[in-house]
Amino acid sequence: METATDKNELITRLRAEILFLQGVRVALHHKQMGTGLGPVQDAFPQGAFPVGAMHEFISTDQGQSAATSGFMAALAGFLMKQDGVCLWVGMQRTVFPPALSFFGVAPERVIFIDVKKERDLLWMIEEGLRCQALSAVIGQVQEIGLTASRRLQLACEQSNVTGLLHRINPRSMNPVAAVCRWQISPLPTEGQGELPGIGHPRWNVQLLKIRNGHPGSWQVQWDNQNLKSIITQDSPGKGQLLQAG
Amino acid sequence: MARYVSIWFPHLTTDRLVLKRPELAGTSFVLASPSRGRVVVKAASPQAQACGIVEGMVVADARAVLPSLEVIEDDAELAEKLLNALAKWTLRYSPLAAIDLDDGLILDATGCTHLWGGEMAYLKDIVARLKGSGYDVRAAMADTIATAWAVCRFGKKERIVAPGAQLDALLALPPTALRLDQVSIDKMYKLGFYQIKRFVHIAPSVLRRRFGQSLLDRLGQALGHVHEGFAPIHPPEPFAERLPCLEPIRTAPGIEIALQKLLEMLCSRLVKEGQGVRKVILKCYRIDGEMRQVEIGTSFASCSSGHLFKLFELKIPTIEPALGIELFVLEAPVVEPLGEQQDQLFNIGAANKWVEIAELLDRLVARAGPDISHRYLPAQHYWPERCTLEAASLKEQPQTPWRTDRPRPVHLLQEPQKVEVSAPVPDYPPMLFRYQGEVHKIKRADGPERIEQEWWIQQGLHRDYYTVEDESGARFWIFRLGHYQDYNKPEWFLHGYFA
Repeated sequence: METATDKNELITRLRAEILFLQGVRVALHHKQMGTGLGPVQDAFPQGAFPVGAMHEFISTDQGQSAATSGFMAALAGFLMKQDGVCLWVGMQRTVFPPALSFFGVAPERVIFIDVKKERDLLWMIEEGLRCQALSAVIGQVQEIGLTASRRLQLACEQSNVTGLLHRINPRSMNPVAAVCRWQISPLPTEGQGELPGIGHPRWNVQLLKIRNGHPGSWQVQWDNQNLKSIITQDSPGKGQLLQAG
Repeated sequence: MARYVSIWFPHLTTDRLVLKRPELAGTSFVLASPSRGRVVVKAASPQAQACGIVEGMVVADARAVLPSLEVIEDDAELAEKLLNALAKWTLRYSPLAAIDLDDGLILDATGCTHLWGGEMAYLKDIVARLKGSGYDVRAAMADTIATAWAVCRFGKKERIVAPGAQLDALLALPPTALRLDQVSIDKMYKLGFYQIKRFVHIAPSVLRRRFGQSLLDRLGQALGHVHEGFAPIHPPEPFAERLPCLEPIRTAPGIEIALQKLLEMLCSRLVKEGQGVRKVILKCYRIDGEMRQVEIGTSFASCSSGHLFKLFELKIPTIEPALGIELFVLEAPVVEPLGEQQDQLFNIGAANKWVEIAELLDRLVARAGPDISHRYLPAQHYWPERCTLEAASLKEQPQTPWRTDRPRPVHLLQEPQKVEVSAPVPDYPPMLFRYQGEVHKIKRADGPERIEQEWWIQQGLHRDYYTVEDESGARFWIFRLGHYQDYNKPEWFLHGYFA
């Protein structure tokens, strides 16, 4: 028996080491960080959101793009905590800063970089990712190649800054060097109780790819500002696997 | 033998005002400031003086003399500021220049005049240039400061007092020319001493008994028996470093090495003086006589050579060395005291983080030009376009909390986009709307939230905002501009997307 437990311990330790070597960093505070993500949490390797890595988000229309912005803002909020600073880099900024406070981000802690030339965009995202003082860098791009994304991922690994890359309406879903690929789409809301009208934001969160984790799809609700509680709807297709990474 | 030049500006402040406001030239105006409950003339233009308005007069009296008199508020520190600037300018005539409040300058011209071809030419050049720039000016030269001062202000014709001839120059001047206090001067006029020659030969013990030691001191200073202090100005040394090269430099690594050396020299001086640069210019003088320059700016005062080098590194490829660069000059035209930022530089922790971020932003700005980075603070407006305020600096914190009592879209369109709607009854949310050829059937809606125009800023119609959700779950922020009326249907606009 003893040898068996020893073996198990050895195997888990080796697995953790392999993960580390593969570039999956786990936040030191992942216990606190984890509480917010609800059911999505289990999909990550070792049950912890990978920080210091690139996350790729894909949106194909305006609705998805807005939902993705909200979800990214929520993630950035968890990464920033009380005193973090986030860089939001993009060509055409549509994000409305006051709305970020609904997702637990202090809008004055977000620095928006409005890039005018496309050739500067990736350079700026990379430069941001190299700055250890930042908690997160959100980049909005349209097209990105594998080589360019590899540079960004390496910058993340060196500085331990988390990068959230939002690919808006890309022409092709080409693979990029990111630990996760997400797709967030809005879902119809339900009024609170008997009241008509619009309730809390609801999203269909699809984790299309995750390195060493379990891809999946969840129907979640962003409930009350600052409070991240994700509840699954009473639908039969709960936790259904969509696509393996 | 020392030689001094005294320069006198009889209308210093008024001349300056005429330079700034040319429409005042040739008019009667006074500079006045309140004193003891009335407004007193501090300086009068030559035209006003011709009407009998003098310094120290009450403005009400002056207005009685000249009803069309223009009264301008006086800046008490202006004279000193002007004199300082003029003293810096006169350093071209002598390395030692001092200001002589309230309206003069003193130059130590010892050994300088031969460069202008003699004392006469020297003095003429000073007067001509200052008059050319718009100031009424008189100047005189003598062996002592006091004599130069007296001849400059009271001398009749001869402006240059020959070496050792102070006494002759002074004889015909009034006692006021000795810079005595008012009590002594009054006493002298009472006794009939209208000219210096009346009392200069009286025995010192008698003069001391009557007028005190100060008269003897002043006389001694004028004649050169008593030393008079001279406090020359010390102009700040500009922050600039030069690096001449033995061999012309043609490669990027060569430029980098030169730049690093210059930055280290500059930064070590900055650190010593507790200053930081906001702007640095690198000038590269090439052997073909051309000059190339690159410029960087920082968002906070910095004295870190590493950071400044990183900013320059982005610009080095734009320097064209051609046949080679023989001289590098690094100038820092904008320098600020480091102050609190210096503490932060050496603090590890949260404050250090801001420095790192500021350095990052500097790099981004150096690459893509200014106004690419924005940070927003809440502004107390309901109108969506005006509810954020750009933060002036990285340190600025919000004065008011962000409002979260009303839903606001995560994406806001720059310009509201017109949509076609079909709404059932006035004041109800629309049933469907069409935007860019796509029809969105509305399943759920909240609103209206009426936001009125802020009439003190802009005139226009109010907006009634609705939060609507279509059958796919996408959420929009749309508004109706104005009221329903009999004769026209109001327009609807899409203004944002909710998450």
